[in-house]
Amino acid sequence: MLTLCNLRDYLGCTGRGRFGTLFCRTTGTRKMTSAAYSNETAKNGMASIIDYGAGNLTSVARALEHIGVTCRITNQHKEILSSERVIFPGVGAAGKAMEVIRRENLDGVIREVIAQKKPFLGICLGAQVILGRSEEDNTPCLNIIPGTTRRFPDKGIKVPHMGWNDISVARRHPLLEGVDRRAQFYFVHSYYPAPEQEEDIIATTDYGDSFACVIGHDNVVATQFHLEKSGRNGLKMLENFCNWDGRV
Amino acid sequence: MLSKRIIICLDVREGKTTKGVKFKGNIDIGDPVAMAEEYYRQGVDELVFYDITASSDKRDIIIDVVEDVAKKIFIPFSVGGGIRCLDDMHRVLNAGAEKISINTAAVQNPDLIYSGARTFGNQCIVLGMDVKRVNKTPAMPSGYEIYINGGRTPVGIDAVAWAKRAVDLGAGEICLNSIDADGTNAGYELVLTSLISSVVSIPVIASGGAGTPEHLRDLFRTSDSSAALIASMVHYQRYTVAQIKEYLSKEGVPVREFT
Repeated sequence: MLTLCNLRDYLGCTGRGRFGTLFCRTTGTRKMTSAAYSNETAKNGMASIIDYGAGNLTSVARALEHIGVTCRITNQHKEILSSERVIFPGVGAAGKAMEVIRRENLDGVIREVIAQKKPFLGICLGAQVILGRSEEDNTPCLNIIPGTTRRFPDKGIKVPHMGWNDISVARRHPLLEGVDRRAQFYFVHSYYPAPEQEEDIIATTDYGDSFACVIGHDNVVATQFHLEKSGRNGLKMLENFCNWDGRV
Repeated sequence: MLSKRIIICLDVREGKTTKGVKFKGNIDIGDPVAMAEEYYRQGVDELVFYDITASSDKRDIIIDVVEDVAKKIFIPFSVGGGIRCLDDMHRVLNAGAEKISINTAAVQNPDLIYSGARTFGNQCIVLGMDVKRVNKTPAMPSGYEIYINGGRTPVGIDAVAWAKRAVDLGAGEICLNSIDADGTNAGYELVLTSLISSVVSIPVIASGGAGTPEHLRDLFRTSDSSAALIASMVHYQRYTVAQIKEYLSKEGVPVREFT
């Protein structure tokens, strides 16, 4: 795809200086990213992938493109607010992520999207920063779902929890419709979401102890595992999300 | 339960896999993208692309391969070979890879592990270790030494010490390649693998020597390594991923579904 090639050229053999700029998340970078991925030819309603400088955004965009969903990676408030559904993915550290979210006033936009009852999907780091607080860098987070993001204890398990693991469904949810109950999903994380309310836990996974791997409340749903890297079962859940009206 | 991962390694030179095979059907021999798709279809858990392109002016080709692969397969994959700085890492990750594997560059500049982990997260940084059995000496207490430059140059560093240091620097995973076992098809270096796996807190991928599914079973029975790297046993179509997983599953090794 031309746009991705352009993106690569832009990122190409740049010097440290330019590289540094990219990671300072300047406006130029984000605009570049925003313009670089928008497959507006597909048929479904527009999904916005919130760009807050975290990695893994294009992986989600590619997966959506694969299932025929129109999406754009953006940090533009108007674009996010006007889209039909919003995806909040990301890998990286909670502290840095929240710093960017606050600086860009994306916290307000996220709250507004959720108040509008639009379907909202968090993935990995996106599933963690929607809780109240993260033990990672002791970071105050968005508190959309009450709870804490905790670190795996050092007790004979390898951290990060990396690889394919089962999930146990605690309650039915449109996201899991038609997904084989033996399906495994791809996890890479050292911290996990721990919602306060039991009813916000949709599925759990065992690693050392049991932890919440799918959480949700009303039109908000989030997975600790990577839907975009979990093969056909992950794609199926992404598709379910894109067909979801946000009601449970 | 967390599954043991089966990871297929593809050596890519100037955009072509060097152990090319012809799959049933009409897939081009040695096309890494087509091979990746085929293995994805077979149920592989992860892929590694190792860029062995010698000339630096043809290094960009691997980026094109990564982009093509990322559009077609939706499982994690990493890229190694020729990655020397954060800029290289960024390009590979941005093209769609999940992780970066660094080996020689990490030995020559250990700070690359630290800065890579700080910039992209620990989970992105895989330390590749090429290890050879040597006599135990006070300087090499484990009896295993680190080699660089594709296993050609010993560096006088003990494998256990290096593995521990890499964890402290922020590596998220270790891909442990036994030079002695590599290419033998006679099984993994089990002593080395359980040694390294027992001294680090991060996942270890065993590499070198896999020839049959029994070798993978023996690996997972004798060590708590998280993953097994395989290459020729599938490239030359002696086994499919499904056959390997079916065997492991019967032997009590937890593996992800296969079809």
